[in-house]
Amino acid sequence: MATAVRRRKSARRQRLEAAINYPIDWLEERSGLVGGIRYFLFRKVPSDTNWMHTLGSATLTAFLVQTLTGVILAMYYKPDPNSAYQSIQHITNDITLGWLVRGMHKWGASVFIILLFFHMARVFLFGAYKYPRELNWIVGVTLLVLGMLEGFTGYLLPWDQTAYWATVVGINLNGTAPFLGPFLADFLRGGSEIGGDTLARFYSMHMLLIPGLIFALIGLHLYLVVRLGVSSPPWSREAAGSDWAEREVATDGRSGLTQPSARSGWRRNAGEGE
Amino acid sequence: MEPQHGDRPHLPGPSLYPIGFAAGVACILVGLIVNPRVIAPIGAVIAVVFGFLWARDATKEYRGVPEPIEPERREVRPTAEAAPVPADRGEAAMPEPEPGERFPRSRFLEASTLGIGGLIGGLVTLPAIGLMVVPAYVKQGYPDVDLGPLENFTEGKWFVTSFSMKPEEGEVARRTAYIRNNGLLNGDPSFTIISNRCAHLGCPVQPNGPVQDNQRKEVKGSSDQKITLIPTIPAGGFGCPCHGGQYDPEGNRTAGPPVRALDRYEYEVRNGRLILGNPYSVTKVKGEGKNARIHKYKLAGPGQHVDGWEQFLYPLQPPH
Repeated sequence: MATAVRRRKSARRQRLEAAINYPIDWLEERSGLVGGIRYFLFRKVPSDTNWMHTLGSATLTAFLVQTLTGVILAMYYKPDPNSAYQSIQHITNDITLGWLVRGMHKWGASVFIILLFFHMARVFLFGAYKYPRELNWIVGVTLLVLGMLEGFTGYLLPWDQTAYWATVVGINLNGTAPFLGPFLADFLRGGSEIGGDTLARFYSMHMLLIPGLIFALIGLHLYLVVRLGVSSPPWSREAAGSDWAEREVATDGRSGLTQPSARSGWRRNAGEGE
Repeated sequence: MEPQHGDRPHLPGPSLYPIGFAAGVACILVGLIVNPRVIAPIGAVIAVVFGFLWARDATKEYRGVPEPIEPERREVRPTAEAAPVPADRGEAAMPEPEPGERFPRSRFLEASTLGIGGLIGGLVTLPAIGLMVVPAYVKQGYPDVDLGPLENFTEGKWFVTSFSMKPEEGEVARRTAYIRNNGLLNGDPSFTIISNRCAHLGCPVQPNGPVQDNQRKEVKGSSDQKITLIPTIPAGGFGCPCHGGQYDPEGNRTAGPPVRALDRYEYEVRNGRLILGNPYSVTKVKGEGKNARIHKYKLAGPGQHVDGWEQFLYPLQPPH
């Protein structure tokens, strides 16, 4: 419908559009944010991306759900050995919608970890960790470790028998690591014996320290995704993340992996330029 | 547009807005007396609106459209043959840096910015990191715990004894030991005090035998804390519910994943009361009761070897 007749806009309509555009233009002129968001959302991706490529943003969404529900749960939770369990009971049984938000946080934690692994499996099986994306793989693995640490520190917070003894075992497991293990265990406990400091320390790590690191690394992860482009599936006949396909389609069967082999697009074009 | 600095006073153009502003102020003053709820706020709104318009009108001249600024152009650096540059040309008048000169001013500023920034960052960060890390390793240790008079510990019987390591911390500091009075050894009372912390990963071991909860005794320890004594008959030793570690009644490992025997506590008798001392690690116990020969080691965490070649995996222990 590219040739559809455009109706002339009425003066009223033009004024309306100007009024809507004004604040957007104001923001764009001063920050470049609008263009940045547009660049991020409408950047080029290979034409044969598929649903597997959505696992990363699904993981991000799961993390944002954890952030939102966690922030609100923190308004009602009391990280004190004498009242932590009661405050969890209060959230679950008494507070309006408390059962729902706590349930979202509890089950969402598993969803987050599962999606992380699915995302990781996709990247591995598609070979998307290869040059030039190794650094993003490393960042992703670090995010996986931090996600597991979130699970470990969050597990203690209900402060029931399961939580307590699972944490005792978890900390002592860390303690059996050679050389620095005993020191690591004392660091996690905040001393030689588990106690009130352990709970407060786990709470702080769970909701401040580790999420801060995760946010920072997600920023780096996304930056690298945008900078390097999305990789095509291995069966793709296109080179990824650019219009290389228009220039040439490599025929060595590795074209989808965006490896800078002698045959792939930019290397050859660069050679021709000399 | 640069404001003019001259001898002549700079007068703003005529404006009607001050009248509105004055009316607003008057309205506030009247309103404060007549009706502070309605009239005074109306006056305030009038004064603010007209004040704003007045200020805008008065500064109109200064807020005109700025003239396009000529882009700054650097002068071409004079070559060695060129005539000397007058001093008022600024940097251009500076002599060329000597070859091998290592600290031009920009380099110095760069280094000092980074250095001072790093110093300030370190001064702020180090105490915070220190607060996170250091308290876990200092002022640790196990206080002596008064477990009450010796008469409560019937000779030859085991008692599940629970007490608080730090009564001020509440239930979270409650610990359990299995205590047996072995009678007199060379005229001194002898006790077997086994920690319930499993030597695998620290779960609480349970007696393999009846626990006579109906004969529970409660004793007052020091600082009014409650000591609970429950008689038990651990005929089959002790077992851990978490991963199935098994121990004989002396605490020797008999099956399962633990790497050594159960830890024990030192003890002493003061004024006829049993005082619990520091815990220590044990690899094995030969013999029984008061004749037991205990292979005693410095306290190590659960799952850590204290003998054999594996002990070299844990050369250092944080202070306990």
